[in-house]
Amino acid sequence: MSAVNVNINVHHVTRVEGHGDIVVDIKNGEIKTCRFEVVEAPRFFEAFVRGRPYYELSHITSRICGICSVGHATTSLRATENALGVEISEQTELLRRLNFYGEIIDSHVLHTYYLVAPDFLGVGSVIPLAESHPDIVMRALQIKKLSGDLCAMIGGRHTHPVAMAVGGFTHLPTESEVREMKGRFEAARADMDATVDLFASLPWPEFERETEYISLTRDDMYAFIDGTIKTSDGFSYPIEEYRQVTNEWCVPFSTAKWTKHNRDAYMVGALARFNNNFDQLHPRAKEAAAKLGMKPPVINPFLNSAAQVVEMVHCIEDGIQIMDELLTRGIQPEEPPAVRLNGGGEGVGSCDVPRGILFHNYVYDEQGICIQANCVIPTNQNYANLNADMRALVPQIMDKPQEEIRLLLEMLVRAYDPCISCSTHFLNVTFV
Amino acid sequence: MGKNGKPKVAFFDFAGCEGCQLTVVDSLQTHLDLLDAVEIVQFREAMTEKGEDYQIAFVEGSCTRPSDEARLEKIRAQADVVVALGACAHLGGVNALKGLHPLDDVRRWVYGDNADWYETYEARPISAVIEVDAVIPGCPIDREEFVRVVKALLLGKKPPIPDYPLCVECKLRENVCLFHIGEFCLGPVIRAGCGAICPTYGSGCEGCRGFIPNPNENAMKDVLAEAGLTVEELMSRFTMFNAYQVQAQQADEEGK
Repeated sequence: MSAVNVNINVHHVTRVEGHGDIVVDIKNGEIKTCRFEVVEAPRFFEAFVRGRPYYELSHITSRICGICSVGHATTSLRATENALGVEISEQTELLRRLNFYGEIIDSHVLHTYYLVAPDFLGVGSVIPLAESHPDIVMRALQIKKLSGDLCAMIGGRHTHPVAMAVGGFTHLPTESEVREMKGRFEAARADMDATVDLFASLPWPEFERETEYISLTRDDMYAFIDGTIKTSDGFSYPIEEYRQVTNEWCVPFSTAKWTKHNRDAYMVGALARFNNNFDQLHPRAKEAAAKLGMKPPVINPFLNSAAQVVEMVHCIEDGIQIMDELLTRGIQPEEPPAVRLNGGGEGVGSCDVPRGILFHNYVYDEQGICIQANCVIPTNQNYANLNADMRALVPQIMDKPQEEIRLLLEMLVRAYDPCISCSTHFLNVTFV
Repeated sequence: MGKNGKPKVAFFDFAGCEGCQLTVVDSLQTHLDLLDAVEIVQFREAMTEKGEDYQIAFVEGSCTRPSDEARLEKIRAQADVVVALGACAHLGGVNALKGLHPLDDVRRWVYGDNADWYETYEARPISAVIEVDAVIPGCPIDREEFVRVVKALLLGKKPPIPDYPLCVECKLRENVCLFHIGEFCLGPVIRAGCGAICPTYGSGCEGCRGFIPNPNENAMKDVLAEAGLTVEELMSRFTMFNAYQVQAQQADEEGK
């Protein structure tokens, strides 16, 4: 019998968005408990958007998350547009994608620099880094400002965008604003190179566990908005059939629901997208992946953060291409089309937001009032997989000092970039 | 005060999206010197350290369960100054939309037969539970206003939060009034301070900063009705961020 006894209870893991606890109990070498518990106060969005008019839905649901509010707003708008049969213009598509890239960069820089890097640099937060590594902090602030300014140029502000509406935008950037932003994106290539070098130099924990990776996919580009659902186990579904993938259930120690597909757990997020859609990354992003030592399939979950670095490079490069296209076409003074309710209807919207694939599903009545709603959040889809990783990792490290085990488990949780405040919760509503 | 004479500051979050704390983090892009003026002892979203000795507490999020009350009271007992950070803490915000439905229905809608596993009650602003010394309104908070309020607090002054309506700022920005182009806006009865960002970007004010003192709601309702809104649409406008206040007022009127 092993003499190993470990008792770890991390109440409210820090440097993650939202409230979660790590609980590990090992007695005589036997794991009694090993899990991540979500203790976020439930917020009940799906229940309280019922009764609200269609044009409010994206404004209310963007409030699910302060970090991925553009992602929620975009997904919400796609669900409403699909429900009511609203077509969007090519210009709207380009601007939404550009705005989305701003959020991907913003969220990934926040996660990699502010939340993950301190673990590797031996400090408790980004604040002491301002003195010990001012170049790193200034670079992070600069990239974050760039992405935030891009989102503000298109949506009015990054957190809870104003100008995004059903069918289009209520405000458009000027060509000179786009031209200036493009110049700033080109100048940011140097920051991206330095970012890749920094993260390529970090000693990532060695741990591998293969799982099923699920993301959106498209024929024409590295997918973030719209497309079909792809799983690395070889399944494919139209987004309307998302329930085939998500299959939720409740666990008493978590206010977030859990999901499973082909196996007991699956992973979503930057690493899943990287594994499923690697070929469509921009050549410079592929170069970054090579520098980071990543070739798909990558099955070390800690490298989800490195996949985020690759995606930042992709979004800078593809963002420059979109701005080129917008400047060539010229920004047309379009207004969102008038919405015809056509008796209401049901629609699903899906985007691969910073933390993974997200679904919004609404039903509207003939007045355009929401009568049913469902949101499946990426972080919720990762809980089962995170817990499976914890159970696989703990036996490999349980002989280490308790503090080291605690730090590694916290780093694993952070690698998933959980956004627990998004816990709007899945619900088992039967759509009739 | 800390050893260096800087006030110790802590950030706390309850039910919300954490967008206001992120706005605080973003304020460092342009005001990195804020870090020289205070000592942050607790900020779970951004740092590991957890100090329990603080003078100024910023609280984000609404109170949504009985167990939140004890945590709020502990913060109140420690802090000299409690600041409600953003609409959820200040007003209840979108969380309070839950209160427009019967609580049991809301719980079963989301969790079905497992509803009893999770603690919850009607969402409320933190001022419904503890005394609040200052508010920073908005969903999310305005970055520059946050900096102004922090500076005022550090100087021991009353934070400069406007009590005039949004229309004032909208006019200063020379925006075309949305009512003139057939759109709806709560600007006439809502507190200014955001630079009228929503009307400026073509979207009517949704009221995230709360009502001004003594708003003429009946006149506002007449304006909205004249602009063609139905009673339901009109109430929908008023309740998006202010459901708790609207319900409290209705209860008050029924009690009279």
